[in-house]
Amino acid sequence: MIVVEDVYFTYPNSVEALKGVSLTIRNGEFVAIMGQNGAGKTTLVKHFNGLLKPTKGKVLVDEVETTKVSVATLSRNVGFVFQNPDHQLFSETVEDEIAFALRNFRFKESIIKRRVTWALNLLGLTQYRKTSPFMLSGGERKRVALASVLAWNPKILILDEPTIGQDYQQKEKLRQFILQMKTQKKTTIIVTHDVEFVAECSPRVLLMQNGRIIADGEARKILTEPEILRQASIVPPQVAQIFLQLADLEIPRNVIDVYEAREKLLNMLERRGK
Amino acid sequence: MSVFDGLKFRKVYSPIHNLDPRIKFVYVCAIFVVAIIFWELLPLIILFVIQIPFVLLAGVKRQWLRSMRGAALLATIIFLTNFIATFIGAGYTVTARNLENAIAMTLRFIVLVESFSIFFLTTSPDHLGLALEQTHIPYEFCFAFTTAVRFVPVLAEEAQTIMDAQKARGLELERGNFLKRIRNYIPILIPLIVSAIRRSLELAEAMESRAWGATKKRTNLYVLKMHRGDSVLVAITIGILATAIYVYLFFKVPSLNELIGSLF
Amino acid sequence: MAIIETKNLTYTYPSVTKPSIIDVSIKIEKGEFTLITGPSGCGKTTLCRCFNGLIPHFYQGELKGEIVVAEINPIEHPIYELATHVGLVFQNPDNQLFALSVEKDVAFGLENLGVPREKMRERVDSALNLTGIFDLRERAPHELSGGQQQRVAIASVLAMQPELIILDEPTSFLDPLSAKNIFEVIYELNRKLGITVVLVEHRLDLIARYADHIIIMDEGKVVLNGETREILRSEEARLIGVGVPKATHLYQILRKDGVKLADTIPLTSDEMAKLLREALKAQ
Repeated sequence: MIVVEDVYFTYPNSVEALKGVSLTIRNGEFVAIMGQNGAGKTTLVKHFNGLLKPTKGKVLVDEVETTKVSVATLSRNVGFVFQNPDHQLFSETVEDEIAFALRNFRFKESIIKRRVTWALNLLGLTQYRKTSPFMLSGGERKRVALASVLAWNPKILILDEPTIGQDYQQKEKLRQFILQMKTQKKTTIIVTHDVEFVAECSPRVLLMQNGRIIADGEARKILTEPEILRQASIVPPQVAQIFLQLADLEIPRNVIDVYEAREKLLNMLERRGK
Repeated sequence: MSVFDGLKFRKVYSPIHNLDPRIKFVYVCAIFVVAIIFWELLPLIILFVIQIPFVLLAGVKRQWLRSMRGAALLATIIFLTNFIATFIGAGYTVTARNLENAIAMTLRFIVLVESFSIFFLTTSPDHLGLALEQTHIPYEFCFAFTTAVRFVPVLAEEAQTIMDAQKARGLELERGNFLKRIRNYIPILIPLIVSAIRRSLELAEAMESRAWGATKKRTNLYVLKMHRGDSVLVAITIGILATAIYVYLFFKVPSLNELIGSLF
Repeated sequence: MAIIETKNLTYTYPSVTKPSIIDVSIKIEKGEFTLITGPSGCGKTTLCRCFNGLIPHFYQGELKGEIVVAEINPIEHPIYELATHVGLVFQNPDNQLFALSVEKDVAFGLENLGVPREKMRERVDSALNLTGIFDLRERAPHELSGGQQQRVAIASVLAMQPELIILDEPTSFLDPLSAKNIFEVIYELNRKLGITVVLVEHRLDLIARYADHIIIMDEGKVVLNGETREILRSEEARLIGVGVPKATHLYQILRKDGVKLADTIPLTSDEMAKLLREALKAQ
């Protein structure tokens, strides 16, 4: 569980990135933190594994205050996958890359071997075990970075802008993966401004703007509130836009998914047809 | 980040910033020469003092004080070695003359740091690049210089991100003995180098796409022109040099304690 | 009149065996807004590099087939000759700005071409105005947001007054709002100045509305090529793994369910809402 209590954070260059953020993320929750670039999303999640410490206020991860322990200790429970895989890949083989963190955390070699195999398998990378990560395509490198974090099975998983530069199929794979995490009750936090992706995953949404959380709730609720979204410079997903425009026709609000939209529309047409 | 912050030039406008970097450079060289030819404390004090108006005029007092503080350690070492050497040379006695000499050597160093820091604090890298170009240094070198400056903040930020990413995977930089600690930096250096290589390839591509090397007769958006301020600085520089040479050739510069002695 | 025409263009990068683009034969008309899309690694970027001569001059490797861009054969002419006809904007704004101020960056190409200073000033200012960054002209690139940096990149190719601008995923690092603003700048250049635009992009929901022409590539080959609505009408695009706009997708599945919707396929939520309103009222 992550508890954030009235956190303020100011960067050394005196940019105030967080201005009084409070929130609780319970175990097993799936959360999307959304907002414009510079709204403070990444700054906030960097507090969850201790990369940043609050200037004022408190962050508790499983009841431990983040200022009291090292990043390495916190990372055992909080896995953080950075936006750009090239900022972390350095090993000669994919296998070594995935084992890197496990060695840092001083797992036994026999366990490391098992975990690496498991992670390779989970992300469909088994065939690249002995390949250099630098030889892989962008999408594959992204998966290696993810596998290298999943390998130690952290309780909480943070993905920073996982959909950036990804094509439709890669996003679909990612969505499947996240849903799998959800069924396994792993706390998953994604930082993103990809509304269409969020609409398809329908997590709890935290909307940030200018260092503050301005809305917190279910995706279908937040993503269909054009007023609040406008404050965060986010455009509602297309399906929501369609339904919002038809609001005068006694059409249900709160629809963000294509298949749900289809169902609702077919029902309406049927009713009217009668 | 803080290490790199000093390298980020902030755009400010002041009479000093607007001066032609070439003239400023000549001025710095003149101060350099004068500081070298005098061994006595008095002219060095004068040299130190006459530069302070430049700092105030440029409005870079804070940064300037910071760079002076940065030089403090080296200045102390220079003072101590000079002092101890003369102390031993003089048969283990402290004389006013020894002390004055040691202070003069230290001040000479401080004057050099002072003038160089004024130059770098008040000259934008852009201007400097331009000055290089217009002194007929091959354009490739000037371009390499400005591009390097341009990428300092980008690379600094990238290094920070990489460090964060590896820390999030349990890397502890401070762990282990000396050798182990050096090895701890491999996971940071490799991504940094790989990304720098990728970056330079992309840069080359972008340069090619924007007609790099189309003609030998390259033109320039900006041109350095001499203004009134520049002529004033030229005059000041010549004045300082002339006075210094005149004094050096025709006067015996008194040491400070002789001067104080003669007053009583 | 075609501004780009390729016939059986096949290209293999040095030291690999598999060609990255295979038998590409396309025609892009002057003044068109063309969208090239397809899954990652399908050869989109490679094709763009052929359009301004980076392939074969910068990348070398083996290029076969025919290509003509703005009546020039890029294989026989150096890149800088093409630069005044074709502007290429890249994905990462950080890696295409070299100078320490915005206007100096915009001037870079003109300086290389040896344009006289007065004329350069004029063209730089006009490019800055067209992209809405005149006020930022003295700023350093690292002080700008990603969206602003990408505008600088567009201005800097615009200053060379090209007939054709190619943009390779110019907004993939930007947030949706900045992306939308960039697309609007590009669209205006296309409509108002008649500059031919070739844009590579994954997110059709953001961009399909602006495009006259879509080319979809997969595994190095052109698999679909035609007028935007024609291409999106077919289910094929989605089956290749191209993310069609959600409004278009909804239209497709409702039509399949037998819902009577007018024949023009929608590209935006506005268009889809209009169609649905008509359908619901007709009931």
